[in-house]
Amino acid sequence: MNQYAEAFAAFNQDAESGWLKSQRIAAFARFEHLGFPINGVENWKYTNTKALAKRDFLLPKTVDLDAAREVLKARDVALDDHRLVFVNGVYAPELSNLSGLPAALVVEPLSEALDKELELTCGMMGRLAGIDCDVFTALNFAFAGEGAMIRIGNHQVIEKPISLIHLSVAGDQASMSHPRILVAAGANSQVRLVEHFLGSEEAVHFTNRVAEVVLERNAQLTHYLLQEPGDQSWLVNRTHVEQKRDSRYYCHHINLGGKLVRDDLVCDLNGTGAESEFSGLLFGRNKQHLDIHSLVNHNEPRTYSRETYKAILNDKARGVFNGKVIVKKDSQQIDAQQSNANLLLSDQAEIDTKPELEIYADDVKCSHGATTGQLDETALFYLKSRGLSDELARGLLTLAFANEVVDKIDIEPIYQLVETTVAGHLPHQVNLDDL
Amino acid sequence: MIEIKDLHARVEGTEILKGLNLSIQPGEVHAIMGPNGAGKSTLSAVLTGREGYEVTSGSVTFEGEDLLEMDVEERARAGLLLGFQYPVEIPGVKNVYLLKAALNAKRKEQGLDEIEAPAFMKLIREKLKFMKMDNSFMHRAVNEGFSGGEKKRNEILQMLILEPKLALLDEIDSGLDIDAMKTVADGVNSLRTAERSILMITHYQRLLDYIVPDVIHVLVDGRIVKTGDKSLAFELEKKGYDWLLEGAA
Ligand SMILES: Nc1ncnc2c1ncn2[C@@H]1O[C@H](COP(=O)(O)OP(=O)(O)OP(=O)(O)O)[C@@H](O)[C@H]1O
Ligand SMILES: [Mg+2]
Repeated sequence: MNQYAEAFAAFNQDAESGWLKSQRIAAFARFEHLGFPINGVENWKYTNTKALAKRDFLLPKTVDLDAAREVLKARDVALDDHRLVFVNGVYAPELSNLSGLPAALVVEPLSEALDKELELTCGMMGRLAGIDCDVFTALNFAFAGEGAMIRIGNHQVIEKPISLIHLSVAGDQASMSHPRILVAAGANSQVRLVEHFLGSEEAVHFTNRVAEVVLERNAQLTHYLLQEPGDQSWLVNRTHVEQKRDSRYYCHHINLGGKLVRDDLVCDLNGTGAESEFSGLLFGRNKQHLDIHSLVNHNEPRTYSRETYKAILNDKARGVFNGKVIVKKDSQQIDAQQSNANLLLSDQAEIDTKPELEIYADDVKCSHGATTGQLDETALFYLKSRGLSDELARGLLTLAFANEVVDKIDIEPIYQLVETTVAGHLPHQVNLDDL
Repeated sequence: MIEIKDLHARVEGTEILKGLNLSIQPGEVHAIMGPNGAGKSTLSAVLTGREGYEVTSGSVTFEGEDLLEMDVEERARAGLLLGFQYPVEIPGVKNVYLLKAALNAKRKEQGLDEIEAPAFMKLIREKLKFMKMDNSFMHRAVNEGFSGGEKKRNEILQMLILEPKLALLDEIDSGLDIDAMKTVADGVNSLRTAERSILMITHYQRLLDYIVPDVIHVLVDGRIVKTGDKSLAFELEKKGYDWLLEGAA
């Protein structure tokens, strides 16, 4: 904990006095008061943060852009996009591309937004995910300074996706970052946001990101969360979405592993007709620990939510899926569906899955289901009896299992990256692009 | 082609095959008939290397190699292919994926390059047409939601594309109407060459009218109790298996 205090003092001492500086101080006090969730915190029952708490992380002093370029070369989905790249949390203009931004679209690093539009930016910060939210959100606020500001004007349909690349590389010591992403999508606007968390094998980094997203009336946001921070890196991720009337939030959540990845996804459906959809895949190997906590608040009548999460866990990987749905007393005509199917590829892989429904209205259609299984041995035999290797047969069956989620990814390079990762060498052998 | 000698095999501790002998030369078509539970499917499972079937003694030589030493996929690549009595449904895996992967696995074994996409598509379309199957079957998941007859045709389709040396057909005729039976039989007959062997398991003499075997064996209680030519099928049709059962006991 001590090194956080030192890092914080160094970070905040030169800041100009004002709301932000005092909020940071309050946030840090909150962080110190709560401490890391080590024992007995219900929300963190299955996820052990001891190793994270023990580790000393520092804000990076310099970042290695060449190493960052290498990582991009290997794993970037290379879209035609508007992009901000952060290396170990630090905005890297050299790797970003903001040329040709449409007039009614603002995409800028948070550091610039705080310079140029301090009041507006501060007004958006902490409104949905404030310092009282939880210890990681408090810690994020204490170190608030990097991240992104995205604003889409009313009636704008943004053609190119907006990409935020959270990239980590090895440095002198373990580093941390606390990006805050602010998104405001105007009425009737439509946009796609891609967040790619990736890192080199050697990187030891702790990303503690918070996103606050507001969708105005009839706005639509498709959010691609693509997470692969690297085997030695931690990723704690909070996404809080506020949805007004008739707005749509579609989240493709693909978690391809990391040392520890924890997601808290919250949707407040605050207007009639608002709809949220999560389609997620957890793909864990080695000793990775992947944890999803989702919460959908049906605060108004005729609001809709759908969640489909699939987990594929191999080796000693561990997964957690906790899906909570709360339907308020007067929220009638609700449709909330949740399904969670899990595939364990080894005896030592483990999944804890728990739906939580709190329903205080009576006209509610609510369904949830969870299944856990292994690859179908009969199908495996059938494929091998046609000459397919054990590896390829397993790959095909695993991909088939993931397909319900993966097939919905409508940005081709992202789809390809996910397919390749899930199926190993599969796409080369049975690539059907040219058929 | 294949030489089975004194084969004994167990399933879950119970001996099912009790000293089975069978030898097939290249180009020959053999049929195995026999009552329910005699061990016919067990034989095909043992030959393809299915888990849970324990060979306790005896030997199987395929093209001069010890078949029982080979993995499931090695047997297929070496040219032994089974048409399943109950083809497996595999949701999410397209037929075309399976066919391409299987064909390339075999080509790799033979030291050939992967097949080019246009040539592959041409091959599939041609064989689909031969089996009177619509092109849409390519993009459907393997056997998922197929009717009984469609599943059997799909098994033969795989044979036509993978061109095995020895095709094992386990009750390829059951559940087929007359038209489908003809299509399936045409498919199997088109596989007949001077080098390729076929071993088919059936309960019905009718199949043997369409695919005329060189040799017929009767399998009872884990053993071949009688071997003869095509006329044996007529005899079985008339007399049933009882007269042979007594002989076996
Ligand atoms: N996996 C298994 N577990 C237990 N018993 C089995 C298993 N497979 C086969 N058997 C038993 O072995 C015996 C032979 O079965 P098999 O399926 O080989 O018969 P078959 O000759 O193919 O019969 P049918 O004409 O009905 O297809 C039967 O008594 C069956 O119950
Ligand atoms: Mg049988």
